[in-house]
Order: sequence, then structure tokens, then C-alpha cells
Amino acid sequence: MEAASLPAALELVAGGGAGLSPEKRAVLGASLLLLQRDYRFERVWFWGCIQGVRGAYYIAEGLGPDRAAPRSRLYSLNCVEWSLLPPATEDIVAQAEQLKGRFQGDPSFEYEYTEINTEDAERLFEDGKELMIKEETRLVAMIEQIDRAVGIIPRGAFVKTPLGSVHENRNFEGLSLTEAKKLSSYFHFTEPVNLKNKTLLEKALLDPSTDFLDSLEHDIPQGSWTVQLEKGGTVVVLRSLLWLGLTFYHVPMTKQYGYVYFGTGEKNLDLPFML
Amino acid sequence: MAEPPEEPPPQAVPREGQEEPGLREHLWPGRSPDQPEPYTSHQPQQSEPGPVSYEYQGVRQGADQPQGLRKSIYQPRAPDQDPYQAQDQRETVGQTHAPGQAPYQSQTPVQHLYHPWGAEQASYKLQVPEINISQSYMLGQDSHQEARQSMYQSYALGLDPHQAEEPKSAYQTYAVGRDHYQAYGRGHGPYQPHEPGYGLYQPGYSLYDDQIPDPNSRMLAIQNAKAYLLQSSTISGLNLYDHLANMLTKILDEQPTNVVDIIENISKDVKWAQFRKKMDTLRDEHEILPKFEAAEKRKALFLKANGEGDEELEEEIGEMPLPNVMETAFYFEQAGIGLSKDESYHIFLALKKLISIQPIQTCRFWGKILGLEMNYIIAEVQYHEGEEEEETEEDEVIEEGGKGVGEDEDEDEEKEDEPPKSTYKPPPVVPKEENGTGANKFVYFVCNEPGKPWVKLPSVTPAQIVCARKIKKFFTGRLDAPVVSFPPFPGNEANYLRAQIARISAGTQISPIGFYQFAEEEGEEEEEGGGGRETYEENPDFQPLSVAELVDSLSTWVHHRQSILKQGRCVWLNPFQKSEEEEEEENEEDEKAEEPDEQQQEIGPPLLTPVSEDEGIQNIPAWTAQPSTNLIPQYAVAILRSNRWPGAYAFASGKKFDNIYFGWGHKYSPENHAPALPPPVQAEYPRGPEITETRDPTLEEELAFKAAKEEALAAAEEEEDEEDVEDDEEEDDD
Repeated sequence: MEAASLPAALELVAGGGAGLSPEKRAVLGASLLLLQRDYRFERVWFWGCIQGVRGAYYIAEGLGPDRAAPRSRLYSLNCVEWSLLPPATEDIVAQAEQLKGRFQGDPSFEYEYTEINTEDAERLFEDGKELMIKEETRLVAMIEQIDRAVGIIPRGAFVKTPLGSVHENRNFEGLSLTEAKKLSSYFHFTEPVNLKNKTLLEKALLDPSTDFLDSLEHDIPQGSWTVQLEKGGTVVVLRSLLWLGLTFYHVPMTKQYGYVYFGTGEKNLDLPFML
Repeated sequence: MAEPPEEPPPQAVPREGQEEPGLREHLWPGRSPDQPEPYTSHQPQQSEPGPVSYEYQGVRQGADQPQGLRKSIYQPRAPDQDPYQAQDQRETVGQTHAPGQAPYQSQTPVQHLYHPWGAEQASYKLQVPEINISQSYMLGQDSHQEARQSMYQSYALGLDPHQAEEPKSAYQTYAVGRDHYQAYGRGHGPYQPHEPGYGLYQPGYSLYDDQIPDPNSRMLAIQNAKAYLLQSSTISGLNLYDHLANMLTKILDEQPTNVVDIIENISKDVKWAQFRKKMDTLRDEHEILPKFEAAEKRKALFLKANGEGDEELEEEIGEMPLPNVMETAFYFEQAGIGLSKDESYHIFLALKKLISIQPIQTCRFWGKILGLEMNYIIAEVQYHEGEEEEETEEDEVIEEGGKGVGEDEDEDEEKEDEPPKSTYKPPPVVPKEENGTGANKFVYFVCNEPGKPWVKLPSVTPAQIVCARKIKKFFTGRLDAPVVSFPPFPGNEANYLRAQIARISAGTQISPIGFYQFAEEEGEEEEEGGGGRETYEENPDFQPLSVAELVDSLSTWVHHRQSILKQGRCVWLNPFQKSEEEEEEENEEDEKAEEPDEQQQEIGPPLLTPVSEDEGIQNIPAWTAQPSTNLIPQYAVAILRSNRWPGAYAFASGKKFDNIYFGWGHKYSPENHAPALPPPVQAEYPRGPEITETRDPTLEEELAFKAAKEEALAAAEEEEDEEDVEDDEEEDDD
């Protein structure tokens, strides 16, 4: 969610019971502004909070002029001092996928590889890497995975210019109520995967300036998003069931939207059994 | 007559002299005439229709002019046409130039294009440069430039033909190429839009194109262009001319920044706005949104119920069944837990309504469970003693009735040939706990949203709890939804919800040590049950612990709810005690049913055990304790978060404490959920050697067997022969 609209947005996503204390809210208002100044971000998003066993990580993202470029991520343990996280690579993501269990809350905590193939072990030994992975790295991988899987925006909120860069659409007035209840009106805000698999007939209906991302319609498994009208039908709230804790809100016919993650940072692999 | 399309003469009708600055003020308020504007190129053009249009009539006054000008720009002016039609051909000829000079008069060109010009048509033959110009219109080049060029040409063109017209107005002829706008004090130079030669430095045009090589053909080109723009679309009935005019009006009214980037969207909006007006009534009907109904319901919460007098208020104050939801919400908010204040207040009022309907002694906001379609808001209540409603145990009665009916049918069939009776005896059902004890100590009411009616959840049975431990399903939000799972859940979503609530309560309802104490009446533990004491009461001498103590060690918190045993009950009950009679019957039958193993009495942790004894999961403790803030420790609140049931929280501050749950209603397990496998196939009948199939003997075996048999036979015959011989010999001997 946008740092500027943080207080109002937190009210709208509070339906899940997770939020921020007044202290954190107050300090975020100031510290996110300072982040923007120090790192020269154009936009700062408060991404959310990952609850560890002993502490919590608060995550912020900064966006540059091209909103679709890889975002800079920062974490903090107290919302006052922020540390920049290294960019996520495929290696890191693959390594961290093997780790299970909760986050500890200590960024320097080291996980040991418990299940590892002999091949991987040999490869690692050859590379000279250790069999330990730090929690910070796992944090990077987790945030990247969550953003890639369930970071969503409403359709039409961003436009792609002919030069390839992505900007907010100044003419976006919000989705209508009927549109807001459909999963096809929301896009994943990452590199599209399914777009090229569409049939020519479907592609002809797309508007290349706004339809350049994957929609939620074809997410696997089907039903991994819940769409609800909260607050008496004035806010549309989408919750992901694959990553429990990710909440997206949008007030129809207005420009307010955003997503935030309040959770433990674990994928819900039991989803097919639970639906 | 001279049409002064270029500029009004200084000595012209006063209105003209005033008109330009006045005009600009009207059209573009707040801009000084001196500033070069992006729209300045329009100004001369727009100004010029003014004088032009009024030229002929000579009646229009300056006062009208700005409005008239606007009208003339954006809408066809019917009245304009009338005076012209009466004029002679020359004037009509002049009028043909009017469009060129007043390009926004939509009707005139059409009229005049079809007007027979006679000989003059010949002079309007398009020549090459004009073709270029008109083609450039078609090609959709920069409209500004084209318009400007056309304007200049129209100025140029307009000059000559009108010079011959009767002096209806006092306008003078102007020399070609005269700078008409010097009177307006804008910038000078060849790069100003109003200057002659502006835009003519583009390739394809010479500097002298604003001269009048062939004004007639240019006029014709312009008329053609305008006529093309005025063509109505066969699909939508709009024409580009009007659309562009509307769009430009909108832009000039709103003056957005960087308008060129959003021009297409503005165009779309303008088109959309056209339709809106016509369909007003239809749109109003669509405005009945579901959110209005929801708002009605929520508003109803805030209305004071009729008949609520002071008496009831006193009663409530005395007994205080209504919990202070806002206070609890405040404490939890210090830790970042909780719903928004609006929702909390709505729940507060909804609880108040519940209390006024049901005879409730204590009430507590238990929490919120999220679901797929809707969420559940759950209230935990205790009835007044003696006012409890008896629940209809419909489900169990139906089940037993069904079995009874089945048995009768079997007996009827016994007289006929019937398949062997099954000796399967289902394990005895563990009876559920009485209302008010154990897992059914509290009664739970749920609603989907505050404002909707509260629904009471049925009591929970041990079978449901046992099954709920094995499955993991999301709640849909509808209480009557079936729970499709394996092992099959005995009940629908209401039962599943109740079972999960029971599990969560038993596992996560904690309080600071000392808050509750055992009642002193029951001093000795019961030997049979072994469940320890079941009742507790508040300790009047409770000394609150400091936040630091509460957070540092988990032994300062205790469970004040009984934990649920493996059996599904809080107090163990041997289900086989009742079945002694059945065992006697079984002994009479031939086939003995296998006697069930004697069940071990299950013992759970006693009431008020410290939380520190909760098992963790792998290397994670069962609870995480934190103060709400590190910055202001003297006012901090101790917060406990459960790791086994993510979503269960407890706070304590001074003498206040509370528990709450916000989550999906599932237990945490680091391992993936493995559903129970179906049981192995049952044995149909006892196996023995007599019915066990053996393999058929092979050929060799058969031959060997045959040979052996023959040998035996032969041996037997020999013996007989020998015996016979011996008998014979014996007989012979005798």
C-alpha cells in the first residue's frame, strides 16, 4: 500500500484482524518519508509485516520511475531503521524454497539444510558454499515469491507506455462494483507468464496499454482467492489462500487500492485439501 | 464586402476593437493577452468568426459577441444562416467564404457547397497546392498547423472575393499578408502562431504560400475539409467536427496538465458523456446497490430499541453481561491486533442486541473466523442457570432411529433366504458432554456481519472433535454448507465450526496466574474421573503481575479451559461400560465378536496448568510473549501470540486480561497436511485351508502321482495275491 495512504488503508484491511499498533503507524508515517528522501524513490510502498517467532520484520518497497522495474526492498525490526535487502536471484529463491517452518525473527539466524540430495551437497561443496542459509536471505526469497505470486493491482491502474516503462494511469477512476467482484479485473504485478499463451481471439480484445499483465482468472488452483465485500459492501477485499495473510483492498469507483501482507511468511501447501 | 477575417480595423465598429481582448477574457479567464498561449493559434481563428459572422448582419453587438462567439464556435448557428439566404448570389458567394473564415459554423458550408455557384465554381478548381492542403487534412496531420494554414489561406482567400461584395459592413479590405494581430500585442516573429508565415516553414510549402496564388481553390479545399469533418458517422451519429469542438471545450475548461498524454482518454470521456444524458432514468434504477441494504442493517443497530426503559438499563448495569468490546479492542490494538474501530463498534452493538434477545448471563466477544464467501463473528455466552433451552438432538435421534429401522427390516428378511448377517459392530459412540460442562461449557452464537441475526451453534460431540482433528477445510461462510472430507465429517459447517471453536478455546484460552482459583468447596480430586477440578472462580485477591514478569516467563499464564482429550471430551468416559448387556448377548451367538481392548483412561493436563508446559512444535515454543511497546514500558501491555493456533492472542495489563481469535480457524502444522488414508479392505470371511485355493498340479506332478498310485495299487494287489496264495496254501495244507 502507498505510504501516503497508510492510515486509511490499514482501516480497510483490518477485517482480517491483523494491523499495526498506533506506535508503528505513527513511526511509519515519518520513516517511510525519510526512506523516500534517502533512497530517492518515487513511490514507497509499505509491503507488510512477517511475524517471526521472536520478532517481526516490517518490509517496505521503493519504486523508481518505471513501476514495473525490480523494486528495492527494505526491512526493519522496529520501523525506525531500515536496511536494504539484496535483490532476489533465482538461486536464492530456489534454495529458500526448501526451508520450512516459521521465521525466527533474527536476521542473522542460520538455517541448516536438513533435506538435501547428495548431488546438491556435492555441488555445494564444490562451489565452496556452506550448507547454511541466513534468515535474511530467506526473507529476500520469501518476499520475492509472495510478490510474484500474489502481488496484485486492479486492471487499468497502470499503463504501459510505448517505450516499455510502466506508469500509474492518471485516468484510472476505479473499477465498478460489478467489475470489482470479478477476478479477471485484477492483475499480477510481475512479469506476465500466461499472456503469450492466449489465443489470438483473446489477444485481439486486449488493450496493450492496460492489459499487459496476467489476470487472476487462471490462477492455480482455482479458488485460491476469496473476494468479499466488507464494511457494508463498500470495500472489495481479496485474500489469498495460497499465502495466508495477503490482503488486497479496493474501494470501487475510487482510486484507492493496495495490498499488504500480515502473516508468517509460509506458503499454504495444504490448499488443495482445504478447498 | 470586405470580410475582415484577419482582424477588425482599428476604426471598425467598436465592438470589434474591443472584441479581441474582451473575447479572450471571456474565453480564457485569467490569462493576460500578452502571454503566448498554446491555444493562441485558436484565438485568431475564433475571434475571426466573430467579426465574420456578424459582418453580414451588422446587427450583432459586441455584448453578444463572446457568447455568440462561443456558440458560433461550438454549435451551428441557425440564425446566422437566415440573413444570408436572402442575399444574392454574391453574398452567398461571400458566404461560401464565411465557412472558411468562420470554420465552426457547421451548417453554412454544407449549404453552400450545394449552392450553385455557376461560373465561379470553375474558379474553385483545386489546384495542386490546395490538393496538398486538403490531403494533408485527410492524412490527419497536426491539426493546429493545418488549421492555421487553412486559416491563413482563408484569410487570404477571403480577402479578395469579399472585396467585391457590397459594403454591408464597414470593414475594410486588407492587404494581403498584413499582420492582423499586431493590435493584440502578442509576441512577434516568424515563430508565433499568429504571425504570417507560421508553419509555412514546413517542408512542402514555400514562404509565400500565404499569398494568394489561388484563393478559390484553397477555399474549396477548406470547405471540403470541413464538410468531411462534419460528416456524421453512420454508426454513432456523431461527427468529428462537433466531437473535436466538445473535446477542446472540455480541455479548455479543465486545463489538465500534460493534456497531450491523456487526450485519447478525454476523447473517450466526451463520447461517453454524450450517452449519459440520454440514459439518465435508466441509470437511476441501477443505483440500488447491495451496500445500501447493508447500510440499512447497520443503521438499525444504532437505533434504540422500543420499550427500552430505565428498568432494563438498571438490570444490565447490575449484571454487566455486555463486555466492553471497545476497551478490549483498545488493548489489542496496542499490539497491532484487531479489527477497525468501526467494525468493533458495530460488533459491540450487535452483542448488545444479542443480549437483549437471549437470556444471557455472561457474554464475550470470542473472535472472528474468516471464510471463503463470508466471515463469522463469534460470541461466547453463558445462559442464566435454569434458563437454558434444551437443544433438540435431532441428528443423533435420527441416526439411531435409522439403525432401528434397518434392524427391523433385517429381521423380516430372516424368514427368507438372506445373506450372512454382518458381524460388524460399530464402535460405541462416545456420548457428548452435557451442556454447561467440558467442551460444551459455553454456548456460541455466530453472525456473518454485525447487523445480521445471530445464529446459535449446536453443541459439539466428541465424534465431531475427533474428526475435526483429522481434516483441514476452509469455512465458506454459510452455516448449512456441507463439509466434504475424508474421514467424512459428521455434520455440516455449523458443526465443524463449533468443533474448531471448541478446540481453539481449549487450547488457547489463557489468563494470568492467580486470576482464577479453584473454588474451595471441592477439596479432593475425584479418583475415578481423574480430570481434576472442573470449576474455577475469580480470585478476589488477585495481585496483578507486572508486564515484565508476564512477558519473561510463560509460567505466569495458565489455561483456564479444560483441554480436550483424545477421546473428544474433556472428562473421560468409558464408552464400553454401557455395553455389558450387549456383550452377554454376543456370548450366546456362535460367532464371537472380538472384544474391544479395554480402553485406557485418558488423562489430560489439569485445569489451571501453566502455559509453559504447552508443547512446542519442533523448536518453536507454543507461545510468543512480547510487550506491546518497548518505548514506553510503563504503559506497555503484555501480549501473547499462539504459535500452535495462529490467530489466537491474549493480552494482560494490570487486572485486565482477555483472549481473542482472528484467523482462518486452523491449527499450525509445519508438515503438510496428510489426509487419512482409507482403511484397508475388510476381511469378508475367515480363511482356512479348506477354502484356500491351491495351485493346480503340473503335468509332472500328476504323472508322478499317478505312478505312485499305481505302484501302491500294484503293491496292494501283490499283497492280496500273497494272502490269497497263503490262504490257498493253508487250505491246501488242510
